[in-house]
Amino acid sequence: MSYAADTHAHDDAHGHGHHGGYGGIMRWITTTNHKDIGTLYLWFSFIMFMTGGAMAMVIRAELFSPGLQIVDPDFFNQMTTMHGLIMVFGAIMPAFVGFANWLIPMQIGAPDMAFARLNNWSFWLLPFAALLLIMSFFTPGGAPGVGWTLYAPLTVQMGIGMDLTIFAIHILGMSSILGSINIITTILNLRAPGMTLMRMPLFCWTWLITAYLLVAAMPVLAGAVTMTLTDRHFGTSFFNAAGGGDPVLYQHIFWFFGHPEVYIIALPAFGVVSQVIPAFSRKPLFGYASMVYATSAIAILSFIVWAHHMYTVGMPVTGQLFFMYATTLIAVPTGVKVFNWVATMWKGSLTFETPMLFALGFLFLFTLGGFTGLVLSLVPVDIQLHDTYYVVAHFHYVMVAGALFSAFAGIYFWLPKWTGKMYDETLGKIHFWLTLIFFNMIFFVQHFLGMAGMPRRIPDYPLMFETWNKISSIGAFGFGLSQLLFLYVVLKCIRSGEPAPQKPWEGADSLEWTHLPTPVPYHTFETPPVLK
Amino acid sequence: MGSKQIRSMTAVLAGLLALGASGAVHALEWYFQSPATQMARDIDQMHQWVMWLIIVIFVGVFGFMFYACYAHRKSKGHPADQFHENTTVEILWTVIPAVILVAIAWPVTKTVIAQKDTSAPDLTLKVTGYQWKWGYDYINGEGEGISFVSMLATPREQIEGRAEKGEHYLLEVDNEVWVPVGKKVRVVLTAADVVHAWWVPAFGAKQDAIPGFLRDIWFKADKTGIYRGQCVELCGKEHGFMPIVVRVVSGEEYTKWVGEKKKALAASADDPNKTWALPDLIARGEKVYAANCVACHQSTGKGSPPAFPPLDGSKIVNGPEQGQIDLVLNGKPNTAMAAFGKQLSDTELAAVITFTRNSWGNKASDVTPAEVKARRK
Repeated sequence: MSYAADTHAHDDAHGHGHHGGYGGIMRWITTTNHKDIGTLYLWFSFIMFMTGGAMAMVIRAELFSPGLQIVDPDFFNQMTTMHGLIMVFGAIMPAFVGFANWLIPMQIGAPDMAFARLNNWSFWLLPFAALLLIMSFFTPGGAPGVGWTLYAPLTVQMGIGMDLTIFAIHILGMSSILGSINIITTILNLRAPGMTLMRMPLFCWTWLITAYLLVAAMPVLAGAVTMTLTDRHFGTSFFNAAGGGDPVLYQHIFWFFGHPEVYIIALPAFGVVSQVIPAFSRKPLFGYASMVYATSAIAILSFIVWAHHMYTVGMPVTGQLFFMYATTLIAVPTGVKVFNWVATMWKGSLTFETPMLFALGFLFLFTLGGFTGLVLSLVPVDIQLHDTYYVVAHFHYVMVAGALFSAFAGIYFWLPKWTGKMYDETLGKIHFWLTLIFFNMIFFVQHFLGMAGMPRRIPDYPLMFETWNKISSIGAFGFGLSQLLFLYVVLKCIRSGEPAPQKPWEGADSLEWTHLPTPVPYHTFETPPVLK
Repeated sequence: MGSKQIRSMTAVLAGLLALGASGAVHALEWYFQSPATQMARDIDQMHQWVMWLIIVIFVGVFGFMFYACYAHRKSKGHPADQFHENTTVEILWTVIPAVILVAIAWPVTKTVIAQKDTSAPDLTLKVTGYQWKWGYDYINGEGEGISFVSMLATPREQIEGRAEKGEHYLLEVDNEVWVPVGKKVRVVLTAADVVHAWWVPAFGAKQDAIPGFLRDIWFKADKTGIYRGQCVELCGKEHGFMPIVVRVVSGEEYTKWVGEKKKALAASADDPNKTWALPDLIARGEKVYAANCVACHQSTGKGSPPAFPPLDGSKIVNGPEQGQIDLVLNGKPNTAMAAFGKQLSDTELAAVITFTRNSWGNKASDVTPAEVKARRK
């Protein structure tokens, strides 16, 4: 990529120069600027992260000792349910949509997202959905206590909070679908001349594929919860055996959404890491083309493995074998990705700033989570481990050490570009080490709990599980507090960080670093960059 | 390091040690429970072999990563190479994992097939999940006809911290399932309300209990002993409080138990024509209430509204007898109120209904077993 520095018509507009728009709060409500909307997504997801995190603290506080101490079992179930829903739909997914908004136009040399107003609407749907979820706590009967998977027929026993949750999921789904259509259109239509698909930064590729997954999977979830709604109120029997339905049908529909959902969360995380590792290795990403193919392969396979979440429902043996083989297959493209990242580092010139540390934390721990996934893919072993804390440990390695670590890596990586200021490197590193240590303290021991026989989603447990639970709870409190440090680092950066150069990372090579000044102006690439 | 840091680190270490000591009362459980069936042993073996394989691959891959982190650092002056593809290597690391996966999947396939083979059992046991207890019916083989409900025996006081927790806290039941050693037991599962899951870790046997459907698994215990497990599918409020206890005994002991159990069941069967004095009926009802109702409606009768309504002052409890009998017999659809007509006898139902109508602030007429019988459809 050659330099054709974007001598920019709006440099005077620097940061605040949105012409003719509103000021104050109305700026944010009416904004159609991809950078503003990206910021909104990121702050929203952080607020949700803290909300869902507070719920995790309640869960871990109750599980600190055997016996019921702090909450009653009903409220405990509400906590596990809402923790899951809020973290998946409120924290992780919007965080990566925030990255997409900020970065995709800049990385492909586009002036903004293709549908700017739709973009505003996609975001502003989210706070209403979050409000519905939170409101459910204050309805008679409280929030649903059914687990984030919302399995039938337990859902028909819940109060009105269940209906609010269903509507919240509808709205979240709409937001995701609109956002995805926007991302697909932007990437396919607004690339700068010369920016061929196979020259795009990998982050854009992973998001293009993720967007297709979202468009395919979210309507399925909407269908599942709508059927739940009509079973609850309109006398249908989709999931009621007494009326000719089947409770297991719900699980099939849910996981047909649910497994692609795992990759909806993981693929953008792969994308971020694929930007960060080459930058700090000062070396191009190894196997770019195979990364694209592996990502596509994972996406396609994700639609034919859903029933590995259901090995204990009593499927026919052929069904179990099919889903086992298909699931183990995913290890092949995932392995390719891990090998590529390590090969990218091989013979590079490595430095270990905070984004790189989080990326390496991701690589190491996500792979560990991938391996426990391989263990769980084997039917007989899964029969032993299904619905135990082993599974809880496994998916937190994928969701937290995978997606969240990658999001942290991305935030530290692009914060200088977004704010024009450097974060405090020492504090960033402390945040990394605290997060890493406490994360493993919470979740590594949960593998032991699961193998020894502790079921998930229980508010109280037999005495033999006490020690690991205590360690896990202490880890959780430490992890929670460490994230306040993260907030401090970000605020400190915004308020009083040192000015950042255009390209603070020596090895960064995508357009936002090579073509745009720091801080990045409010409008960029109004005339497309020239790429040779 | 300043003395202050050293002191705080010592404090943390001491804390961790204290923590370890507090857990030392119970050995640190970190692996599968000691297997009592060949299936559980196979699973254990399979897990170990896959685990070693994973550890080797993990160490290999991250050996490269950490070596690069050590040797290819900028601070050591390592210049950045610019290579970014190598077709041979890329094909190799696609094909080799695929081959390894086949090597894993092949032996596993045999176990999957064996696990599903529920044919030719010596004993067939039907297990029904209820919110929040297990019903057991011996439907075929020695002991056929035995039928009972098994629920948590740990007293509420221990759960709420008002009494010392016992050794088998949350893993003890009032009615244990007895099975003979070395016999193939087929377990047929279903549920009455929501999805539950029946699991005995030492047997490597787990199966969801799905309302309206029958699913089966099997186990063949080869060691006598008492084996404990828990419900593993979230089934509502008391999900954490419906354990499973299976006692594996020798053939002779089993035969003896079958005889005693049948006699006990016959003896405890109430004479439907007995006329009860009111205090006796209420006393009996209090026991039934404590076993079946107290988790939701509470010992105070105040419930935890709105999901679990209060009985104290309830219009239904203080209203006409028929209304309450019908509700208890048939349950309330789409709530956790089960249809107790299937679980309790006429006498038990009459007793518990009479108890609720004459407890706390309630003052209403008593109900006889005959009245309950008349309302059964």
